[in-house]
Amino acid sequence: MTAVIQPTDLRAYLHGLPGVDKVGAEQRAAMLGTRSIKTTSKRAALDLAIRMVDLTTLEGADTPGKVRALCAKARHPGGDAPAVAAVCVYPSMVPVAAEALRGSGIHVASVATAFPSGQAPLPIKLADTRAAVRDGADEIDMVINRGAFLSGRYDQVFEEIVAVKEACGEAHLKVILETGELATYDNVRRASWLAMLAGGDFIKTSTGKVQPAATPAVTLVMLEAVRDFRAATGRIVGVKPAGGIRTAKDAIKYLVLVAETAGETWLDPDLFRFGASTLLNDLLLQRTKMATGRYSGPDYVTLD
Amino acid sequence: MPERLAVRKTYKLFIGGAFPRSESGRSYPVSSPSGETVNASLASRKDARDAVRAARSAFPKWAGATAYNRGQILYRIAEMIEGRREQFIAETRDAAGVDAAIDRWVWYAGWADKIAQVHGGANPVAGPYFNLSAPEPTGVVAVVAPPDSPLLGLVSVVAPAIVTGNTVVVLAAEDHPLPAITLAEVLATSDLPAGVVNILTGRPAETAPWLAAHMDVNGLDLTGATDPELATAWERDAAENLKRVLRPSPDAIDWSADPGTGRMTTFLETKTVWHPKGV
Repeated sequence: MTAVIQPTDLRAYLHGLPGVDKVGAEQRAAMLGTRSIKTTSKRAALDLAIRMVDLTTLEGADTPGKVRALCAKARHPGGDAPAVAAVCVYPSMVPVAAEALRGSGIHVASVATAFPSGQAPLPIKLADTRAAVRDGADEIDMVINRGAFLSGRYDQVFEEIVAVKEACGEAHLKVILETGELATYDNVRRASWLAMLAGGDFIKTSTGKVQPAATPAVTLVMLEAVRDFRAATGRIVGVKPAGGIRTAKDAIKYLVLVAETAGETWLDPDLFRFGASTLLNDLLLQRTKMATGRYSGPDYVTLD
Repeated sequence: MPERLAVRKTYKLFIGGAFPRSESGRSYPVSSPSGETVNASLASRKDARDAVRAARSAFPKWAGATAYNRGQILYRIAEMIEGRREQFIAETRDAAGVDAAIDRWVWYAGWADKIAQVHGGANPVAGPYFNLSAPEPTGVVAVVAPPDSPLLGLVSVVAPAIVTGNTVVVLAAEDHPLPAITLAEVLATSDLPAGVVNILTGRPAETAPWLAAHMDVNGLDLTGATDPELATAWERDAAENLKRVLRPSPDAIDWSADPGTGRMTTFLETKTVWHPKGV
């Protein structure tokens, strides 16, 4: 595809994308959120959602001990619940997570490229990425340069993503658009296409450090983008909403959104992820409620 | 002049300091003070779940408030009940009962900063330690309010639970929910933090099993459980996570008698601290 769309055409191409009907997108997202998912479907949805979780800790106060505890939880969330998809940490914690998750099949994701602002020179971003990959990360969550994107320097953003993708080597690249800073749905659609054209394997809504983070409407626009990108190029790109998804109910709404917008192909941990830290606990509580028939409580899950 | 139309009231639940309708959208008929039939919300299990969540999130702050502060807030509530005395009398048709309820509330308010002295204190131990027992609130208490004595009975089960720092989910008496709803209006305007008291109207037989089995509820007061078979079933459910259960004898309770401290101590747990004394 990059052969078809030259960077020189990028501006014309991105601005040639159809605009997003804001009211329509929000209404459709809200309407899909009213679907009722019950009994066996709910049970399956909860387990699928657990398998899609990127268990995340991105705090200045992260310690090796905390990361190891999180990894233990990622392997065995509780009861007979399935393992999560990945553990997402800062680059300095990658060696700890890689060691703790060895042999489990759980991916080690690392944020990189001067997360969360992305305001660093390119060589530093690339060194950040290479260090994370070298230490054992097999998924890299990069942030795009929003300053460049918003001032219309699409080529620069494109080149940076291409360069980071190259630095990733074998590792999967997730491109964080930080939709809370992009202001309009049109920008979200353009940034999605830009990231996919540049070779991103996943497009991710947010860093979780900016409000608003993931919203159903933003995720809807991104799901439409990956669907249309597949139709145009045949390449399948994943989507990861992150930040602000705290309850099992919200997670199930997102799954409905995925199935109805992108299609059931995307109902797979390789193509759809939740970036979350507290969501897992609520999924486990709801799972327990389904199994025992009694409401569970926060005393029965870990504090993290 | 046409005759003025009275504003008809919608009787709602009280959850987390707000007055929502039942999540289920259901209501059931009860009789109002003026004798006409009105609709009260018929709470569902999801309302009970939401109420427990509200009570749980209110617990740390309420339990952590100073006893003096809790006492002041309870006195304030008594003042507000006094202000609505006429309304309560109209709803209960029992002036003596309303006055007794206000006096009972004040009596419990006084216990806020005394219960720890009476039921806690220093213990003599054979070692160089200062050993101290302190009663602490147990957490979220689900209360099935008694069907008789609508206000005095209600006050006599709610006040002792919250004065020590617990938060409660109250299932109001099925046939007489109006005093409970009016009490909710009192609580909403008297500095009591949102979620400390949550009041559900409807059928306790429907909602109580969910509270009895709820793993995030720490105490269960079965005073209003009139059917012994149901009460036994709920007590059995409550055993799953070792809830503190209060199940008075099935004989009619004399609400005007001296209540003693039993209702407060049932929902307290004792924390004992060993502190090195030095040489």
